[in-house]
Amino acid sequence: MSLSRRSFLFGLGAAGTGLAAGKKASAATGKEFKGYPDSYGVLHDISRCVGCRECEKACNSVNDLPAPEQPFTDKSVLDEKRRTAKDTFTVVNRFEPKGKKPHFAKIQCNHCQEPACASVCFVRAFKKSPEGPVLYNPDICVGCRYCMVACPFDVPAYEYDKAFTPRVRKCNLCAPRLAEGKLPGCVEACPKEALVFGKREELLAIAKERIRKHPNRYVNHVYGEKEMGGTSWLYLSDVPFDEVGMRTDLVSTPAPALTAGALGVVPMVVGLWPVFLTGMYGMTKRREKVAAQEQKAAVTVAVQETEAKAAAELETRLAKADADKKKALEKAEKEKEAAIAKALEEAAAEKAPSEEDEATTGDEPANGEDK
Amino acid sequence: MEEQTMAPEKGLMTPFNMIASVIVVAGIIITILRFTKGLGAVTNLSDNSPWGIWIGFDLMVGVALAAGGYVTSSACYLFGMKRYHAAVRPAILTGFLGYFFVVIALLYDLGRPWRLPYPFLMGWGTTSLLFEVAFCVALYLTVLFLEFSPAALEWLGLKKARNLAYKLTILLTIFGVVLSTLHQSSLGALFLAAPSKLHPLWYTPYLPVYFFVSSVIAGLSMVIFEGSISHKALHHRMGKEYLDNHDGLTLGFAKAASMVLAGYFTIKWVGVAAAGHWSLLTTNYGLWFLVEMFGFIALPSVLYAVGVREKKYGVIKIASVIAVLGIIVNRLNVSLICFNWHLPSSERYFPSWMEIVISVFMVTLIVLAFRFIANRMPIFDTHPDYRDNH
Repeated sequence: MSLSRRSFLFGLGAAGTGLAAGKKASAATGKEFKGYPDSYGVLHDISRCVGCRECEKACNSVNDLPAPEQPFTDKSVLDEKRRTAKDTFTVVNRFEPKGKKPHFAKIQCNHCQEPACASVCFVRAFKKSPEGPVLYNPDICVGCRYCMVACPFDVPAYEYDKAFTPRVRKCNLCAPRLAEGKLPGCVEACPKEALVFGKREELLAIAKERIRKHPNRYVNHVYGEKEMGGTSWLYLSDVPFDEVGMRTDLVSTPAPALTAGALGVVPMVVGLWPVFLTGMYGMTKRREKVAAQEQKAAVTVAVQETEAKAAAELETRLAKADADKKKALEKAEKEKEAAIAKALEEAAAEKAPSEEDEATTGDEPANGEDK
Repeated sequence: MEEQTMAPEKGLMTPFNMIASVIVVAGIIITILRFTKGLGAVTNLSDNSPWGIWIGFDLMVGVALAAGGYVTSSACYLFGMKRYHAAVRPAILTGFLGYFFVVIALLYDLGRPWRLPYPFLMGWGTTSLLFEVAFCVALYLTVLFLEFSPAALEWLGLKKARNLAYKLTILLTIFGVVLSTLHQSSLGALFLAAPSKLHPLWYTPYLPVYFFVSSVIAGLSMVIFEGSISHKALHHRMGKEYLDNHDGLTLGFAKAASMVLAGYFTIKWVGVAAAGHWSLLTTNYGLWFLVEMFGFIALPSVLYAVGVREKKYGVIKIASVIAVLGIIVNRLNVSLICFNWHLPSSERYFPSWMEIVISVFMVTLIVLAFRFIANRMPIFDTHPDYRDNH
C-alpha cells in the first residue's frame, strides 16, 4: 500500500487525504478507511507489566542497536522518565499513581492505522503496510523531520549526530521477523504476558473480554482503539491512562483528516484565484480606460470652450482694433491734413528755400521706382 | 552618476560593515561545522523538538516577511494603485532575496539537504502540506526571479530580453499571488497535523487563513519599514518617481495595514469563540495570547490609523515595526513557543547560540545582497532608457 496519489495543480485535483491505496480513504469521497482487516498488532496490558526491561533488551538485540551505557538489568534508569531515541526503539517507564503500587508502561511506535508520519511526509518515506507495521524508507528521506512534529505519540527519533547519513529511527514492529513467521522481539521476551501479539481485531476482542471479566480491575477503555483513528498497538490499564504517562486528550480523528480541509482548498485556490485576479485586473484596466476616455472628452470640451471663448474674444478684439484703426486713421488723416495745412502755411511764409526742399522730397519716390 | 554609484563602497570601514563582516566570518565557521559534524553539533534540536529557529524564524518568519513582493505587485498591477509603481521593484527584490535565503536556511536544517528535490523526483507526497509548501516556494522563487529580471536585464543592457520579461508582468503577478496564497496559508496548515502539541489558543482549523491574512500585514508593514530604512541608507539611489511617491505610498499602505490588522484581530477572536476557549485566556498562555492580540495586532492597527489621519510618518513607522514584530511573535508562537506546551520546561527547546548566529547570518546576507544590488541596478530609480515604459 502506499499513500494515495492525489496531486494538486496538474489536473489530478481533489484533497489528498487518503492513506490506503486500493481502499482509498478520503474526505472527498465520503468513505472511511477502517484499517486493514487482517493487520497485526500487540496488546499491552499495563496491569501485568513488572518493569523487568526484558522487552527493551530484546528490542536492542534484534535491531542490532548499540549497547546502552547502563545494562538492561539496571533498574535505576527507571527513576527517570524516558522516551524513544535513535538507538532505543522501546522504553518502559515507571509511574507511581497516588496510593497505588508502582506501574510500568511500555512505549514504542503505535503503528497507527492512518499514521500522521506517513500523511505528512512529502517524499512518502513512510508507509503503513497491510500487515500492520508502519515502515520507514531511509533511502528517500530528506530529513525535514515533519514526521516527528506530527507524531502524536512523540515516537520517531533522529540521528542528529550524523552529518551525512542521518535517519529517522523507530520501531518497525519487527516486520522482518514477522515475515519469517517470528514474533516481535519484545513480545517474545516478555515473561509476564503483558504483551500479546495477534490480529488487531482479535486483540481488540481479547481486551474487551478482559474488561468484561474484570470490570473492577480495568479502566473501561482500550487505548488505541480510537486514538488518532486507531493504532495497531492496544493498551489495557488498571489505572487511568494519564497516570501512566499516556495522552488522554488525543482526538479520534485520523491524522489525514486533520489536514484534509486545508489540502482540499488548494485546487479551489488554483482554480478560482486567477479568475478573481484577472477580473480585478480587467476592472482596473476598464476603469483606467473609462477614466482616460472621460479625460479625453473633458479635454475636448474644454478645448472647444476655450477655442470658442478665444474666437469670441478675438472677434471683439478685432472689432475693437478695427474701430481703433478707423479712429486712428481718421485721427491720422486729420493730423496729416492739419500738418499739410500747417506746412503749406509755413511754406507760404518762407517761400524761396522751401521751394527747393519740396522739389527734392517730391523726386525721391520717383527715384525709387527707377531702380 | 558613476561617482554616486560607487560612493557606498568607498567607506568600507563603516560600523555596519564591520559588524556584518564579523557575523559573516562566524556564520561561515558554523556553516562548516554544521555540514561536517551534523545538526547535533551546532543545534539544540531534540527528538521532542525537531524544529528550531531555522524553521520557526528563518522559514516561517522569513516567508511571511517576504510577502511584500506579492502584496505590492498585486496592489500596483492588479488592483490599480499605479502610484505605487515605484515601490514594486524594491519589494520584489526583497521578496526574491527573502525566499532565496529561506531556501538556503532550509538547506542548513534538512538532515540531507542534497535531497531537497526528492519530493519532486522520488515520491510525490501530495498528502503532505509540506509538499505543497515546497512546490509553491520552488515555483514562486522562479516567479520572483522573473519578476526581478527586468531590473537586472536593464542593468546589463539586454533590451530585447528585458522587454520580453516585462511583458510577462501581469501573468507573473497573478501566478505569484496564487502561489503566495497557497504556501503562506500552508505554512500555518502544517501545524494542523499536530493538535495535541500546539496550544489550543493557537491551534485552530483557521490557522491557514490566519497565516495568509497576516502575511498581507507582514507584506504591507515590511514595505513601509524597509522604505524608511532604505530612504536613509540608499537615498542617493532613489529616483524622482520613488521619492515623490514615497509619502503617498506610506499612507496608502498604512491605511491598508490598519484595516487588515483590524480584520485579523476579528477573525482571531472567531477562532477562540468557535472552539469555546475563553476560559483559557486567564492562564499564562492566555495572557501571552492577549499580549499578541492587543500588543501586536490591535495596537499597530490603531497606530497606523492615527498615523494616517494625522499624517504622522513617525507614528506609521513605529506601527510598522510593531506589526513586523507581531508577525515574528506569531510565527514563533505557533512553531516554537506554544508548540510542545505540554512538555515540562526541561524538555522544551531553546536555540543554541550557534543556531542564532546562523539566523543572524542569513538576515545579514539578505541585507548585504540587497545593498549590493540596489547600489547597482535600477531598483529605486527607473532606468533612463525605460522612463516612459510603464
